[in-house]
Parts: sequence; C-alpha cells; structure tokens
Amino acid sequence: MSSYWKRNQLRLAPWLFLAPGAIMFLVYVIIPIFQSLSISFYDWDGLGEAVYIGTDNYVELMDDEAFYTSLKNNLIWLVLYMLAVPAGLMIAIFLNQTVRGIRIYKSLFFFPFVISQVVVGLMFSWFYAPNFGLLYKLIELVTGNGIAILADEDYVTYGIIAAGLWPQIAYVMILYITGLNNIAPDQVEAARLDGAKGWKMLWHVILPQLRPATFIAVVVTVIGALRSFDLVSIMTDGGPYGSSRVLSFYMYEQALSEYGFRMGYGAAIAVVLFAIMMVFISGFIWKMWRDETER
Amino acid sequence: MTHLKTGAVAFAAALLMSGSAFAQQRMLNYNADFDPTPLAAFQALIADFEAENPDIKVNLNNFDHEGYKTAIRNFLTADSPDLANWYAGNRMAPFVTSGQFMDVSDVWEANGLGDQLASAKASMTIDGKQWGVPYTYYQWGIYYNKDAYKAAGVEVPTTWDGFVENCAKFKEAGIDCLTTGSKALWPAAGIFDYLNMRTNGYEFHMDLTAGKVAWTDDKVKATFAEWAKVQPFITENHAAIDWQDAAALLVQGKAANYVMGNFAVATFKEGGMTNDNLGFMVFPEITPGLPRAEEAPTDTIHIPAGAKNVDDAKKFLAFVARADVQTKLNAALGQLPTNKDSSVDAADPFISAGFESLSSAYALAQFFDRDAPAEMAKMGMEGFQEFMVKPDRLDAILDRLEKARGKIYQ
Repeated sequence: MSSYWKRNQLRLAPWLFLAPGAIMFLVYVIIPIFQSLSISFYDWDGLGEAVYIGTDNYVELMDDEAFYTSLKNNLIWLVLYMLAVPAGLMIAIFLNQTVRGIRIYKSLFFFPFVISQVVVGLMFSWFYAPNFGLLYKLIELVTGNGIAILADEDYVTYGIIAAGLWPQIAYVMILYITGLNNIAPDQVEAARLDGAKGWKMLWHVILPQLRPATFIAVVVTVIGALRSFDLVSIMTDGGPYGSSRVLSFYMYEQALSEYGFRMGYGAAIAVVLFAIMMVFISGFIWKMWRDETER
Repeated sequence: MTHLKTGAVAFAAALLMSGSAFAQQRMLNYNADFDPTPLAAFQALIADFEAENPDIKVNLNNFDHEGYKTAIRNFLTADSPDLANWYAGNRMAPFVTSGQFMDVSDVWEANGLGDQLASAKASMTIDGKQWGVPYTYYQWGIYYNKDAYKAAGVEVPTTWDGFVENCAKFKEAGIDCLTTGSKALWPAAGIFDYLNMRTNGYEFHMDLTAGKVAWTDDKVKATFAEWAKVQPFITENHAAIDWQDAAALLVQGKAANYVMGNFAVATFKEGGMTNDNLGFMVFPEITPGLPRAEEAPTDTIHIPAGAKNVDDAKKFLAFVARADVQTKLNAALGQLPTNKDSSVDAADPFISAGFESLSSAYALAQFFDRDAPAEMAKMGMEGFQEFMVKPDRLDAILDRLEKARGKIYQ
C-alpha cells in the first residue's frame, strides 16, 4: 500500500488536491446540466408524476410568441451591454491620474457595483416612475408629456438595460484600472520619444497591453447580459404584458413562479439559454487555449 | 470517575424526565403567510385555542406572503407541517389532485359545517369532498372618492351607462374616472371578472375560467366592448404602478373610482381618507336581469397529507370554523366571516356593505387567478393589461388566449 503511494505520489497528489473542488463542481454544475436536459423531455409540475413527452416542449417553444420576445430582448441586452466595455475604459483612463483624493473618486465610481442589483433596480424604477420620477418629470418639462418608460413596451427593455449598465460600467472600470497599473512605463516612454500621442498612443501602445483586461471585461459583460434576471424581476416582473422578459426570467416564470410550475418547459428554455451561452463560452475557452499554447 | 459517571447518568435521567413532562403537550406545526395585521389576529386566535386545549401547543411559522406561494410546494413534499394556509377554488386543485392535501370531509360532517359554511362550501369541494376550512373572505366592488365626485359635479351612478357617462365629465375635470395599478397584473383581473359576470353572468364566467368556452366567443367580445367604453378613462400609466400607487391617486382625488377588494380600505384610510369621503358601491348592472354574482376570494387552512399530528390539526380546523371564533378573528382582520352564524361590526360601513352584498349575492367567484388554472390566469391577466394599453389589439390577444386554452386544459 505504502509502496504504491510512494511510487505514484506525484501522479496522485494533484488529483487529491483537486478533488474537493471537482466534486463540488460535479454535483452543483455538471450533473444539474444533464438533469435539466433530461427534465426538458418531460411534462412535470414538480409534484406529481413526470410524463415523458419527447421533444414536445421544444416544439411548443418554437411556436411561442413569449419565447421570441425573450430571445429578441436577450439579443438587445447582449449588444447594448457591450457599451459597458468602452465606457468603462474611458472612465478608467480618466481616473488614471495622480490628483489629490483620486482614491475617493475611484471608490465613488466603483460604488454602483458594490450595491445590490435589487437596490439598483429599485432606484431606477423610482427614477422612471410616472408622476414623481425624476426622468419622468424631466421629460414632462421638456416635451410637455411624460413617458412612463417601464409601462411602454417600446422603451421598457432599454430602460432596464440602462439600469444594468450602471453597475456593469463600474465593474469594467475597475478591471481596466488594475490593467492600467500594470502598463510598462518604459514602453510608454519609448512611444512618447517616437512622438506618439493621444489616440495613437491609446490605440497602438496602451490598448494592446490592456488585452487581458479587455478579454475579462468582455467575458463578464456577455455573461452578465445573458443572465440578466434580477433587474427584470425587480423593475417590471417581465411586464408590461411580458414585453421585457428575457430567457432567464421566462424560465423562472414557467418553472418556479406563482403562476407556472412547468418544470419541463422551464428546463427546455434553460437548455436553449445554455446553448446560447455555450457558443460564447466555447469561444472564450478556445481563445484562452490558443493564447496559452502560443506561448 | 465512577462518581462522575453516575452523576452524568442521573443528570441525563432528569433531562429525560423533564422531556417527557413536556411531551404531554403535543406540538402542532402551522405554516402561514400572514401580513402584520392578520398575524396579530391569528396570534390571538392561537392563544384562545391553546387556552381551550392546554395540552396542545401551536407552533406558527410565518412566511413572507409572496414567497409562501412557492415555498408551499417545497415544504409539502419535504417537511410537511400539520396545518398550512392556502386558497379555495381551483387554486387548491393541484395540491388536491396530487394528494398533498388531506380530505377533511369528516370535520365538516362532525361539526355541521356544511350548513354553517354553506356559502363557501362549493369552493372547498373537489370530487364531492372538502379539503380544508375557510376562515375569511372579503368583498370586491368599486371604491370611490366622494370629493372627486363633488369636484367633477357628478352623482354616484346606479347603472353602468351612468358610470360610463360620468367618465367624460371626470376627464374634463382632469380626474381619472377609473384607476388601477396593473404592474402585478391581478388588479386588471378584478375589472375583467366583474365586467364579464355583469355582461354574461356567473355561469358563463365559470365556464370561461374552466376552459369550456372559447376566448374568441362573441360573448367574450361583448365583455371587452364594455371595457373599451371605459378604457380611455383609465389611469394612463397603470402598467408601471402597483395597486398601492393607484390607491394613492384615489386618496389624492386624482382618480374617482377603483375596482378593488376590501383589504384596500386600510390603505385608503392610512392615506387619510375617512368614512365620510370614501365610498363603496356594488359593481353596477350591465345586462339587465342577470342574477348578481360577486367576487369573494376565500382564505383557507388545510391539513397536508404528510401531517404528523392529524387529530389535533382537525381539532384546530373545527375551532377555526366556529361562529364565535370567526366573529372575533374577522373583527380583527377587518374582513368577513364565512360562518353564517357569525356577526360583523355594524359600525364599519364597508364591512356591513360587504356582508350585505355577499349574503344577498346569487353566487360567489373566487377571483380570476383562483378560478382559472395558474398558467391560464397568467396569460389572461397579461392579455387584460395589454388590452387596457392597446385596445386595438383585442383580436390578437383573444387569439393568443384561445391558443393557450387549447394547450392548458387537456
């Protein structure tokens, strides 16, 4: 026994150290993925008997207006959420100077990321609220007619995304600020000697060095956009009449909310959402793997 | 060492004995979803029950009202209490058909509840058996601001046509004729239920919520035609506000009428209204000669199938159903007792009006989201909200609901 351990110690030790994390990952991530996949082939209310119905849930999904609304909103989220990356970069560069009290400004800009999404959602819904909301009053002052953003199917999704961008920009900003700290001063110096300034300096010298930060910023923003749930739930509950739903919220509505306990249908939505995420996740993994093997 | 051991044994024995002394008192676990006022009322009720039954100790686990609706599915299967709150009508059907609630017909039988709780019996009955005991209900109707009526110079209507005519005058005075806050969807269903029951009658409404009639039926369209008459006069941004926000509009006199349940009276009064300027009227007749049906959502207590202390739980149900207990409980709740031998506070005009309106009603509906199955309720209420914002989409909405009906009721 002990001789076996001695012979294979080097080979076994890493697995032993990995085991606690790997087991957790297996139990809480990998196995549930396959469970969701299998539940999506059943008609099940969470209490009674689960009936196998094959791909019926997916067929129904293809013919479901609410599903397409959610899908469309998810795309809008993905595209507009990306604004957080350039916006965060700009603020980071703006704050990357040595002025008295800059740490206070930095923490103030970082503040929205620290507070809970629920609080962000509440604040923005008051901001938009008809009759007393700040934005509503402003619009009323300028155009004479207030717009209740969260009650209008055309604006509601944009209103929620604006709320989501606020903390997301702060997050991206902090990623870039740490990135800017690691910029090699000699390269900047050399570029300056060669006469690079302004946009040229940013584009050819600073940005390439920020690539790792940009990569992380894009990853967290894409994932943040796809799992946007709390803001939708807090600000509109998917309304008015379902026009601000996103896939994650629709899944919750169908499977777990007060009015629906269709575990199978909810699982089918989750599988679709997972498939969309998988496109991005495999892209990211592929890029990371390529970067590592190139070195 | 031995001394220490015997000491420990003696101590343990003492512990065990005191434990068995406590075991004389049987525990009754009760999961509920009370807001602060009802919670206080129920704590008083439980104290009375424990005084009458000193050998029973009721352990009340109070949940957040909204969270309870999802929590109940977990605790019924995982860690069942002996008693649980829920609602009457179709809302309890999923738990009854999946065998999560216990048949308590014997409690009804033994205590003569079929007679005393006659008005609520139908909504507690599935497959000819009773599955719980109702302890309260409340009326719905139109609450109005008398000052707003004065400001617009109109009389309180007695007919639907009169109500619609008033709306134009309210608009001139800058007052919303009808207010609602449909962010949480359900307030819109109250308006639909009444319009449909007044236009087509109780039986048609029940058939519709039970999925027996098509949503594209001409009778349904007739209901929406009545709704379209008042649609332009409903508070404009109702989809963005909660029912309490709309209540504020009524309190401030910016809105005149509100189709609501009696629980809203507390909110109106907190906002500063009094019995002098807050009015209540039964929803006016639309199709002449139809027997008048009302909304009266009923709150109930059930014994989960997994209950451990069934005997005492049944004792508790019988206690809650008793006339004197319901009188006291509902006085504290500010609602109506379901026991016909109970009495209500004659000094409260809203309670007396509600008691009058419900006891003389032809039939009682539970409310759209309790009469219709959950999925249909959700789709329907979204449709009502959409109709109130974009009335020109009616056909598309009804087609969508009809498609959903085909799937949901199979």
